[in-house]
Amino acid sequence: MQQITMGQAVRQALAEEMQRDPNVFLAGEGIGVGIHESPVMPTFGLLREFGPDRVKDTPVSEAAIAGLAVGASVLGLRPVVEVMFNPFFTLASDQIVNHAAKLRYLSGGKSSFPMVVRVKTGAGFGAGCQHSHNLEAWAAHCPGLKVVMPGTAADAKGLLKSAIRDDNPVVFIEDMGLYFFPTPVPEGEYTIPIGVADIKRPGRDVTVVTWSKMLGVAFKAAAILSKEGIEVEILDLRTLLPLDKEAIITSLKKTGRLVILHEATRTGGFGGEIAALAVDEAFSYLKAPVKRVTGPDIPVPFSPPLEQFYIPDEHQLVEAVKSVVL
Amino acid sequence: MENKKKIELYRSMLLIRHFEEKLTELCRIERKLPGMVILCTGQEAVAAGTCAALEKDDVIISNHRSHGHLLAKGAEPNTVMAEIFGKKTGCNKGKSGTLHIAVPEVNALCTTTVVGGGIPIAVGTAFAQQYKKRRQVTVCFFGNGAADEGSFHESLNMAALWNLPVIFVCENNVYSGAQRMEEHTKVKDIAARAAGYAMPGVVVDGNDAEAVFKATTEARLRCLAGEGPTLIECKTYRWRGHGEADHQAYQPKDEIARWMERCPVKKIERELLAAGAISNQEISELEESIAKIVEDAVRFAEESPWPAPLEALDDVYV
Ligand SMILES: Cc1ncc(C[n+]2csc(CCOP(=O)(O)OP(=O)(O)O)c2C)c(N)n1
Repeated sequence: MQQITMGQAVRQALAEEMQRDPNVFLAGEGIGVGIHESPVMPTFGLLREFGPDRVKDTPVSEAAIAGLAVGASVLGLRPVVEVMFNPFFTLASDQIVNHAAKLRYLSGGKSSFPMVVRVKTGAGFGAGCQHSHNLEAWAAHCPGLKVVMPGTAADAKGLLKSAIRDDNPVVFIEDMGLYFFPTPVPEGEYTIPIGVADIKRPGRDVTVVTWSKMLGVAFKAAAILSKEGIEVEILDLRTLLPLDKEAIITSLKKTGRLVILHEATRTGGFGGEIAALAVDEAFSYLKAPVKRVTGPDIPVPFSPPLEQFYIPDEHQLVEAVKSVVL
Repeated sequence: MENKKKIELYRSMLLIRHFEEKLTELCRIERKLPGMVILCTGQEAVAAGTCAALEKDDVIISNHRSHGHLLAKGAEPNTVMAEIFGKKTGCNKGKSGTLHIAVPEVNALCTTTVVGGGIPIAVGTAFAQQYKKRRQVTVCFFGNGAADEGSFHESLNMAALWNLPVIFVCENNVYSGAQRMEEHTKVKDIAARAAGYAMPGVVVDGNDAEAVFKATTEARLRCLAGEGPTLIECKTYRWRGHGEADHQAYQPKDEIARWMERCPVKKIERELLAAGAISNQEISELEESIAKIVEDAVRFAEESPWPAPLEALDDVYV
């Protein structure tokens, strides 16, 4: 298996899909010539490889970039557009939320909008709250969209290929914290289905439901807890919408305990949806209250000790798990 | 322009230059400064010239390249530096860092890193100034890239429609990220867009602080006379990369060199010397005093404590 970063895995997925399908094109700010030219970045070298007709550097115009994707997709192209940082999703959101998500419905099922919006996200860069703000729950609140948030390079590659082939608009969120560490990725062609969660670590005692970069935190906590005889099952959602309810319920049948971990802020976060699902559809299996470990309800602060305080860590997760086991 | 005022302009630019060059130095020391540091070296005349035409009560709205704007408006170098370091004594208690420094004490009410995000807010502060019948104006600083955002167009239209006392200062430093102006828009002058909203659009040499000062003074008088907004485009150049981590691979070396020859600080210095308004001796003394202000600011920042983690929870709501 090759060892590559998530940025490189995304790059492979983009390049492979562009080779496979001439209707796939890319657009975004600095995706061709950027201010940080680096082989770990997801669109590195694609302009050279595919040329300026298929790799479009755009003006700083998020609404137009998202609208470009909506319009191009209804005529059969397969746009993959990039939102540089998750907070700028708000500028693109009219086209994504009010149009991409709804136009098929409004057409009575006659039109389709096969587009992907790649969004870079995550705290930990000292960039402050206008660059770091996980808004996946916003996107997941829009029927008509699919929302994918991979936690490993291998998943990112397979899921992005599926997203590009999907006939629905997909919001594909990449945590930049995963761009810098190589992990194993299968060689050759493969896809991973959207809407299927993955047990990343089996365990009998507690189900930890998580996604994206927090998967790493879950693994660290699981290692600590294992030494104390507590076996955590890590369920990586990978896709938030459509939600793999089956996988969550199946795991809860086994463990009877649920802790949800995400970096986004707590109130209105997607963790609440998972908790509600557990109470609605798996109540009889639950042996303990459902717990959440999340970012606190504040904007992501700049100063290093404050930002560190914001990001959930393994110690918080260990404590939460113990509180439902002991 | 009176010599006294011109020396003030010169001093203001020197402070910005020293401040930014110190930050470049600090960025070379690993892990000294958190986050991405974005500088306005070479663009000092825009900030200094504009702010010299304003009164203390006038409002400025700034963008990610803000240090010059803030210092020229009178922000304290110590607390701005401490904010850039992320310290408790920073003017925003470490919440904001270099990218979004607000200094309400000098009416620098919003610095936003969302490109174009400040432009509608400037419409709002100008509306409040008009509503309360204050003899005040708002200046909104933004880059050539920001003029491609929808917010720019919506804001200019509304400001013109309601004759709001706002001056839109487009700091055209040739680049928007790695894109040159001709790669992101077809217009040659951002100022040409003013015509589409029936407001005056003025192009000035953004490396000539006096010219910027004059254009701003005129625009301010128009605002105060109830004649509405002006768009001023200051043509200048970004000496550094987008941020300090940017290696400027896309910026031709000879282009940088050409613009460095047109250094705005040297320009005003030459003019003052030629007019006999300042001596070489006085220049060295001034430089020394400014260097000391910046050294003191760095020392203040370095010696300041970090905020305690739980302070992260403060200041979300009133
Ligand atoms: C809404 C939004 N989109 C994209 C970015 C990323 N970004 C930061 S600065 C910048 C270029 C802005 O260029 P310009 O407005 O000309 O200002 P300059 O950096 O040249 O001073 C971009 C694209 C952002 N901060 N906000």
